[in-house]
Amino acid sequence: MSTMTQDPSIAQNDHDDHHHGAPKGLMRWVLTTNHKDIGTLYLWFSFIMFLTGGAMAMVIRAELFQPGLQLVEPNFFNQMTTVHGLIMVFGAVMPAFTGLANWLIPMMIGAPDMALPRMNNWSFWILPFAFSILLSSLFMEGGGPNFGWTFYAPLSTTYSPDSTALFVFAVHIMGISSIMGAINVVVTIVNMRAPGMTWMKLPLFVWTWLITAFLLIAVMPVLAGVVTMVLTDKYFATSFFDAAGGGDPVMFQHIFWFFGHPEVYIMILPSFGIISAIVPAFSRKPLFGYASMVYATASIAILSFLVWAHHMFTTGMPVFAELFFMYCTMLIAVPTGVKVFNWVATMWRGSITFETPMLFAVAFIILFTIGGFSGLMLAITPADFQYHDTYFVVAHFHYVLVSGAIFSIMAAAYYWLPKWTGHMYSETLGRWHFWCSVISVNVLFFPMHFLGLAGMPRRIPDYAIQFADVNQIVSIGGFAFGLSQLIFLAVVIKCIRGGEKAPDKPWEGAEGLEWTIASPAPYHSFTTPPEVK
Amino acid sequence: MTTENKHENYYVPEQSAWPIIGAIGLFLIAFGAGSYVSELNSQQGSGGIILLAGIAVIIFMIFGWFRAVIAESMAGLYSKQMDRSFRQGMSWFIFSEVMFFAAFFGALFYARMIAVPWLGGASNNAMTNEVLWPTFEAVWPLVTTPDGTTTQAMGWMGLPLYNTLILLTSSVTLHFAHVGLEKNKRKALTVWLGLTIILGIAFLALQVEEYMHAYQEMGLTLDAGIYGNTFFLLTGFHGMHVTLGTVFLIVLFFRVLKGHFTPEKHFAFQAGAWYWHFVDVVWLCLFIFVYVL
Repeated sequence: MSTMTQDPSIAQNDHDDHHHGAPKGLMRWVLTTNHKDIGTLYLWFSFIMFLTGGAMAMVIRAELFQPGLQLVEPNFFNQMTTVHGLIMVFGAVMPAFTGLANWLIPMMIGAPDMALPRMNNWSFWILPFAFSILLSSLFMEGGGPNFGWTFYAPLSTTYSPDSTALFVFAVHIMGISSIMGAINVVVTIVNMRAPGMTWMKLPLFVWTWLITAFLLIAVMPVLAGVVTMVLTDKYFATSFFDAAGGGDPVMFQHIFWFFGHPEVYIMILPSFGIISAIVPAFSRKPLFGYASMVYATASIAILSFLVWAHHMFTTGMPVFAELFFMYCTMLIAVPTGVKVFNWVATMWRGSITFETPMLFAVAFIILFTIGGFSGLMLAITPADFQYHDTYFVVAHFHYVLVSGAIFSIMAAAYYWLPKWTGHMYSETLGRWHFWCSVISVNVLFFPMHFLGLAGMPRRIPDYAIQFADVNQIVSIGGFAFGLSQLIFLAVVIKCIRGGEKAPDKPWEGAEGLEWTIASPAPYHSFTTPPEVK
Repeated sequence: MTTENKHENYYVPEQSAWPIIGAIGLFLIAFGAGSYVSELNSQQGSGGIILLAGIAVIIFMIFGWFRAVIAESMAGLYSKQMDRSFRQGMSWFIFSEVMFFAAFFGALFYARMIAVPWLGGASNNAMTNEVLWPTFEAVWPLVTTPDGTTTQAMGWMGLPLYNTLILLTSSVTLHFAHVGLEKNKRKALTVWLGLTIILGIAFLALQVEEYMHAYQEMGLTLDAGIYGNTFFLLTGFHGMHVTLGTVFLIVLFFRVLKGHFTPEKHFAFQAGAWYWHFVDVVWLCLFIFVYVL
C-alpha cells in the first residue's frame, strides 16, 4: 500500500490486496520510518510549496503587467520576490529532489530502506515547521523578509524588517533538515548497495545524488554561518558586514555565494541523473558515455566551489579575481557540454517514442541548454557589467531552474508514477500539461532576455514605459504557466485514484532494479538484497 | 518492521514518535529564538519562554531517542553493516561541522587579508581610505575600528596557552581511554575517560574566566569591531561545541559504569571520541589564527 497520497481514506479504497502493508490513519505519515512514505511526504510538500511560491510569482507578474504601481505596495512586492525565491529554492526544488531520492535510491540500489530511517522522518518533518515560520513572518508587523532571497547585507542587516530573526532561524532549521537528509543519502549509497552493485554500475540518478549530497553537506553549514553573522550584525551590533567596524558588505556576498553557487548545482545535478534515466529508456538504447557522465558530474561539483564570485563581478574585485572566476566559470561548460552531447548521442538513431516523460526530457535538454548559453554570456566579465541585475539574469536562471530543474522533476514524476501508484497516468492529460507548459514557459521567460538586454532592472515593481508591451506578454505567459500546473495536479490525483493497471515495467526500454519489483512497489522492497550481475 | 533474512540483517525501526517530537522541538527553538531576538529591544513578548520550552523538548527527545537506540543496540539488533552506517553518518556530520567553522574562519581571513587592508588604502584603495576614514590605520588585531571604537587584543600567553595544553592533553587521555576499551581494561577506561571530562570542564571554566576578563578589564566585547566579532563568534561557537562534547562524554561515562560497550562494538564511544578530537583540532586552528598570529 504505497500510494502517493496523503489522504488515508483514498489509500484504503484501492488495492487492499497487499500483505502486511502500511499502518493506517494519519499517524502513519507522522511516525513513519518508511522511505516510500517519507518520499511521498516530501513530494507533496514540495508540490504545495511550488503552488505557494507560484502564487507569489503570479502577484509579481500581475503587478508588472503594466508600468506604474497598481496592485501592491513596493515593500510587499519586495517580500513577494524574496519569499518566492526562498520557497522555490528551499521548499519546492530541493524537497522534490529529496523526495525522489527517498523513493528511488533504495529501490535502485537494492536496499531495504534508507540507512537511517528515523532521522529520515526527522529531516522531513522539520520542513513544514520551517516554512510555517517563514510564511508567518509575512503577516507580522513590518512584514516578512524583503531583501531578496540572497539577503545581501546591508539590506538584511541595517534595513531589514524586525522579523529578520525568524527568517534566520527558519533557514537554520531547514539547513539542519537538508544536512540530515544528505547524510542519509550518502550513507545509504555508500553502505547499502546490493551485492554486485559496484560503483560503475550505479544508475546515474544515484551517482548524481551522491555528489549532490556531498555538496549539500559541504555548503549548507556555510549558509548557517552567514545567516548567523547577519543575525549578530542586525541584533547584536557586530560589524561583519559593516565597514565602520572593519568588516565589509562585500564579504557577505563572498560567503553567501560560496554556499550559493554549489547550491545551484544541488538544484540541477539530480536533474542530470533523471534525464540520464529517461532518455535511454525512450530511445531504447543504453546511455551513451556512462563513465564520462559520472566524471562530468564530479567535475561540475568540484568546479562549483571555484566560481562563486561570478555573481559579484560588479563589486569592484581586483582584475585578477575577475579573470580567475571568469575562466573557471567557462570551464564548467566543458563537462556540461559532455552531458548534453551524451544525451543527444543516446537519442541518435534510437527508436524513439515521445511519451510525456520523454517530452519533458527533450524539452529539458533544449531549454536547459539555452539557460546554459545565457550563463556563458553572463560569465564574460565585461559583458556581465551590462547584464548584471537585469531581467537577463532572471531569464537565465529561470531557464535552468524552471525549464531545467522543474521540468526534470515533472519528467521524473511521469516516468515513475506507474511504479509509485500502480496505475498508468493519463497520457492525454500529460501531453496537455507538457504542451501548455513548454509553450507558456517560453512566452514567460524568453522575452525577459530582451527586457534585460534593454536594461530593465530586476526586483523593481515599476518600470520605464518602453518595457510595457514585452512585460505584458511575459505576464500572460506567467499566468498560463501557473494555470498549466493545475493540469499536473489533476493528472497525479487521477493516477492515484485509478486508471489502467501498470505492469512492473511499463516502459519498454527502461533499465534498473526498480522495474524488477511489482507496481505499485510493495511497502518493503528488497528485504532480501538482489544479486546484481 | 524488522527486515530479517539470512543474507543481511539490516534493522529498519518501526514507527517512531521521536522524530516528530524533535521537529516540534526545533520549531519551538527556531520560533522562540527568532521572536526572542526580535523582541530584545522592546523587552516584552514570550519568545524566551518558547525557546526554553523548545530546548526542553529537544532534551526530552534526545533522552528518549537515545534510550531507544541504546536498548536496540543492547538487544543485539544492530549488525556490522548498521554500525558502518552510524560511523559514516557521524563522520559526515563532523564534516558538516568543519564547514560551519570554515565559514567563520573565512570571515576572519577575509577581514584580515582584504577588508581591513583595503579600508587602510592598500591595493588600489587609496581613495577609499581618503574619502571614508582618512585617519584609519590598518593593523591586526584591529584595536581601533574605522569609526573609532577601541579595544584591546587578547594575547596568547597565559590563559589561552593553558587552555591549549588542557585540550591537547584531553585528546591524549581520551585516546588512552579508547585503548583501554579496546583492550577490555575497564578500570583504565573509566579513569582516563573521567580525567578527560575533568579537563573538558576545566577548559570551559577557564574560557568563562577569559570572557569575564575580556569584558570587564579589556573592553574586548562582541560589538568591538571585526576583531571582537570574529574572536567571540569563533571561540564562542567552539565553546558551545566543547560543552556539547563534554555532555556527550559524561553520558558515555555513565554508560561505561553501567557496563556498556565491548571491545568490538562501541560506536557511541567512537563517535564521542571523534567529536572530541574534532573540537580539539578546531581549537588548535583557533589558537594559531585567532590568538598567536
